[in-house]
Parts: sequence; structure tokens; C-alpha cells
Amino acid sequence: MTTMPSYSEYGNHDPVLPDPVDPANAELPIDVDTRLTLFRLQQEIRLFEKRAYDLFLRGLVKGTSHLSLGQEAIAAGFGAAMRPDDWTFATYRGHAHTLARGVPMTPVLAELLGRANGLLGGKGGSMHLTSVEHGVMGSYAIIGAHLCVANGAAWTAQYNDTGQVAVAFFGDGTTNIGAFHEAVNFAKVWNLPTVFVCENNLYMEYTSIGHVAPVPNPAADRASAYGLESIVVDGNDADAVYTAAIAALDTARNGGGPSLIEAKTYRHGGHSRADPGKYRPDEEVAAWMDRDPIPMYHQRLLGLGVDEGRLSAIATQTAAAVETATQEAIDGPLPDLASIYTDVWADGGWQWRN
Amino acid sequence: MAELTYRDAVSRGIAQELANDPNVVFLGEDVAGAGGVFKATTGLLEAFGPKRVRDAPISEQAILGAAMGAAMTGLRPIAEIMFSDFLAVCWDIIANEIAKSRYMTAGQMSFPLVIRTANGGGSRFGAQHSQSVENWAMAVPGLKVVAPSTALDTIGLLAAAVRDPDPVIFFEHKSCYPMKFDVPDHDGDIVDELGTAKVVREGTDVTIVALALMVHRALDAAERLAGEGISAEVIDVRSLVPLDTATILGSVAKTSRLYTVEENPRLCGWGAEIASIVAEEAFWDLDGPVIRITTPHVPLPAADSLEDATIPSVERIVETIAKTAPN
Repeated sequence: MTTMPSYSEYGNHDPVLPDPVDPANAELPIDVDTRLTLFRLQQEIRLFEKRAYDLFLRGLVKGTSHLSLGQEAIAAGFGAAMRPDDWTFATYRGHAHTLARGVPMTPVLAELLGRANGLLGGKGGSMHLTSVEHGVMGSYAIIGAHLCVANGAAWTAQYNDTGQVAVAFFGDGTTNIGAFHEAVNFAKVWNLPTVFVCENNLYMEYTSIGHVAPVPNPAADRASAYGLESIVVDGNDADAVYTAAIAALDTARNGGGPSLIEAKTYRHGGHSRADPGKYRPDEEVAAWMDRDPIPMYHQRLLGLGVDEGRLSAIATQTAAAVETATQEAIDGPLPDLASIYTDVWADGGWQWRN
Repeated sequence: MAELTYRDAVSRGIAQELANDPNVVFLGEDVAGAGGVFKATTGLLEAFGPKRVRDAPISEQAILGAAMGAAMTGLRPIAEIMFSDFLAVCWDIIANEIAKSRYMTAGQMSFPLVIRTANGGGSRFGAQHSQSVENWAMAVPGLKVVAPSTALDTIGLLAAAVRDPDPVIFFEHKSCYPMKFDVPDHDGDIVDELGTAKVVREGTDVTIVALALMVHRALDAAERLAGEGISAEVIDVRSLVPLDTATILGSVAKTSRLYTVEENPRLCGWGAEIASIVAEEAFWDLDGPVIRITTPHVPLPAADSLEDATIPSVERIVETIAKTAPN
């Protein structure tokens, strides 16, 4: 006799609690400058996204947006580990990964506001942030597609023997779509330099990943099906992420093929601006808020002897940068309506007939 | 003058482009070692090696994703989707990603890639291996859409597609693969131009616009109509996007009668757009209604007798035009 799953469990599941911080991560061989970079990147992403949320509440950010509040350590860890000519492929939850590659705040924020000085001139919006000059090869809003696309960039690197690596970030829910399985299999059988990074924040949109995945680690537990090592890292510890990133990037760069990394994390808010995230057990939310990656990292740096003044200076500079970006974005002009008809084709235009 | 099958024209066109540009690469299912299920890519692996001619798993999203990512980073991939019906399983990559990413990124990216696919009926394969889906592709802004009817056009338009900086869906017709054509001797590469229709038979009484296999049926019909005293001009549209409306409007201005012959099912078929353009821009040139001769709006049946009665035939074209055109 089979039993039917009960969907009455929705929003009423057992809390999934974080593992404690591994004190050994403080001893990882990461120099202080790199650690300060990791701290700064996390600060930038955190303060930028809090501002994006404020501007949404003021009605200035239109459409939807998906924040990475709480997940900053993953973007920062990879951002610091990647070579400038490596390629990032992000999802619609891509503000963090865009900033982590060095894209300035103003054009990113202006894009959220639909301004002409936006990164995409207002034609892409929050879910499609792209900056080719920074190696941000797009943010993709259809689950799974960009894992396949990242393989193509990796193919170019392999074909031209450049040592570049394509890194695709995605959520836990993506592990259930066909494109994920096609992409990971393809990367392995072609031995491509692709690094797949699952940001497991425990929820596919509004539903607990535990209700829709038959294994506890939705990415790592499936790795063996594609001949890959099962890798789980603490996605709320920038040092752990950075270390895993360096290892996977080196493997890919040196012809060792793809990796699949599952980073455990938690988003502090809902799936998108429309979602208050009420389906999450209170105990779970509280426990993960206590595992916020940024205060933890602040304490770690102090413990490693970094002067508080250096950290507060970074926080102050970042806050000022967010203020500047906010003003420049708000002051940005609206897009020229003529831009509706540009850039369909490589000739810059849109003509489909003579 | 050499005789060449449409099938061999495909491999010759790909070979020409692989030889022309080291950034051109070719991938698909069973395309390398096996030479393609239609034997349209034989010899390419042997000539250009496994680095440039590469077999892929049955993973259409992965194949087109790879083509897209390679194109945005400097390669010029040719990807084969074995049957055009299978475009449905990778339509996200085509319609949401490849077609829109240049526009959404304000021109930061280019996608110089070609998706070749075997389209159309006549092989008794049934409704999932015989469709004519060129109108699907035509409906998506950001895609160029080409469908050659002869060996020479296959080589030349494929070359133009590979060298074009934008994504091109290249519909080869399954029933054309075995057809033999004269290909003129040619010094150097054969390179045609996208967005150009071709008047393949001149006439004065009616204009027939057709695509791919339907061009051959339209030509046969025109020959028979000549015997009934009707002079038909036949235009091979060749390229749906960009669309050479000037050639079509010019012909209608001369004949005052327009017929489309379309293998795609009727609703929103490519001929509907042409009929709309002619109605808007050449209404006063017309001496009668624009008439579309199409596959009816049904899935394609498998049995030979049923399939033959579903896709526009020479007889149906002749009867429709003879009944409605003055002579």
C-alpha cells in the first residue's frame, strides 16, 4: 500500500536548523586582505539590498525583485575567488552576484528603478542584470536555463584553452528541473570547466525543499549520478565558500572538469517582494538569523586581530556608496522611448522586413 | 555544373563554414560519428576532427544552451536539433534566452549561432516527427528564420546564416534531402543573403508564394496551370525573418492575385502575415481575395494516404487557383 504525501504539511514542517559555525574555518589559509575583501563584499551586498527593499517600499523599485539578504557569503566567496576573466551566470536573484564581480552600485540600482543610467538602460530589470565587461554574463529568470548556457561559455574556454571558468549559481528548487540534469550531465561528459553552485536556502519559492526533493541535500546527493563528488559547504561562512570556490575553480581551470557545490544558507526574507515568507517556522527563522553570515564574519575578523576601526571604516564607506548610488539612480532620467526599437539585432535595430 | 542532393548540400555548407572560420563549431545528437540520422552531416568529423564536430547527449536544452553560451563568448556554433518537433523541448533556450538576451542586455551580447533542424512532412512519421513549425520561430522577436528549397540555396543561405551576427533558425525540409539539384560551378565560397526572396518562375496572372518543399509543388502546379492558360509567378520566400516583402509586393503589383502555399497548419501560419501585409499595403493592386492554401488546422496524421491528403498537394494548388483565378 502506498501513502499519499500530505500537502497539509505546507508551512507546518519541522524546522531545519543551521549547523553551528565551524571554528576551524577561522584557521583556513586565507590572507587578511582577502578576508577584508570578503567582508567588504558582504557589506556592499547587504546594504545595497536593504536599500533596494526600502526603495521598493517607497514605490521606486518597480516590478519584482528577489533579494539575497542572508545569502551574501556565497556571492562574496566566489566573487573574491574568481579570476577577472571568469564568467558568472546568475539567476533572477542576481543582485549579489553582479555586485560581487565589481559592477558599480549606481547602474545596478538605476536598473531596478527603470532609469536610462541603469545597467541595461531599463530594458532588462532586476532579473536580468548583466555586465559583460565584468564577466557577469547574464541573470536568467527561467529556472535552470543558465546552467546550460554556462556550459557554452565553458566550452569556449576549453576550445580556446584559456583557463577561464564559468560559474552558474542557482537555488535548491532548480535541482528538480530537467535543465539542471541536462547541464550537469553535459558538463561532465564534455569535461567542461563549469562550476555549478546550488544556494540551498531551504525553500523553492514558497515550499520547503524537503517536501519536493527526495534526498536531504538536493544538489550534493545527486552529484554521484553524474560522476561528481558530493560537496556541501556552509554557505553562511565566507571563508568556507571561498575555500570551496578556489578548489573547484582550480580543478576546472586545470582540465579537471566540472564541480557541483551545495552551499547551505537561508534567505532572511521571502522569495520575492510579494512574499512575506510566513510558511517558515519561527524557530527556524530565529536560528538562521542568529547564523547571519555578516556579524559572524565581523567577529571572526576581530578574533583574527583585525582592528575594529578598519571594519567600521569599510561599513561607513559602503553606506556612503549606497547613498551616492541611491541619489544617482533617483536622479537618473527615464529611458528614451526610442530605445524600445534598439538592439533586437546586432546592427542595433529591430527591422524584420524590407 | 555539378549534381548535388539537398542532403549533401547541408554537409557541404557546414564544411565550407568550418573551413572558412576556425571559430565555427558544430554539435548535435548523432551528428559526428554517425553522420546524422538523415546522413546530412557525413564526413564532417573525419574532415574537421572531434574538437569542432562534436556529438552531444539527448539533451536539447543542453545543446542549445551550449550553443548560446559559446556564441556569447566568441564562437560561432552550428547546433543541430534532429527533428524540428524537438524544438518544443528546448523552446525556453530559443524563445526566452537566445532571442531576448541581446535586447534585454541593451546590446551587450551577440549570438552568432545557427540552429539547423529537419522540418516538415512527407515521411509518414506522424504528428511528432513531421511538423512544419517555421511559424513558431517567426513569432518570436529576435530570431531570424530561413528555409531553403534547393541545394544551392542550402549552401548559400547556411553560409549567410553562419556569418550573420544574429541567431538563425535554419529549417531543412526532410522531404527535400534526397532531391537532386544542379549546382553551378563556383570559384570560392557560396554565400547567399538572408532576407531575400527569389522569383523562381515568372508569370503574369497570379503570384504564388511558397517555402521549402512547397516551392517544388508550386512550380509543378504552375506548369500545369500554364496548360490551362494561367500564367503563374512563383516566389520562393526562403527567409521568413527578415522578410523580403518588396519582392512579394512587386509581384502582386504585376499579377493582382496572391496565393500562399504553406505546409504549417493554418492558424497564424507564415502566409497569414504576408496576406496581412498585402491587404494593408497593396489592397488596390488586388483583383481578388488573397487565398491561403495550407495544411488544415490538425495534427499531421501518419498514414501515407492521410498525410498526402493533409499537406497541400500539386492537385490542390492547381484546383484552388484554377477555380479562383481568371484565365
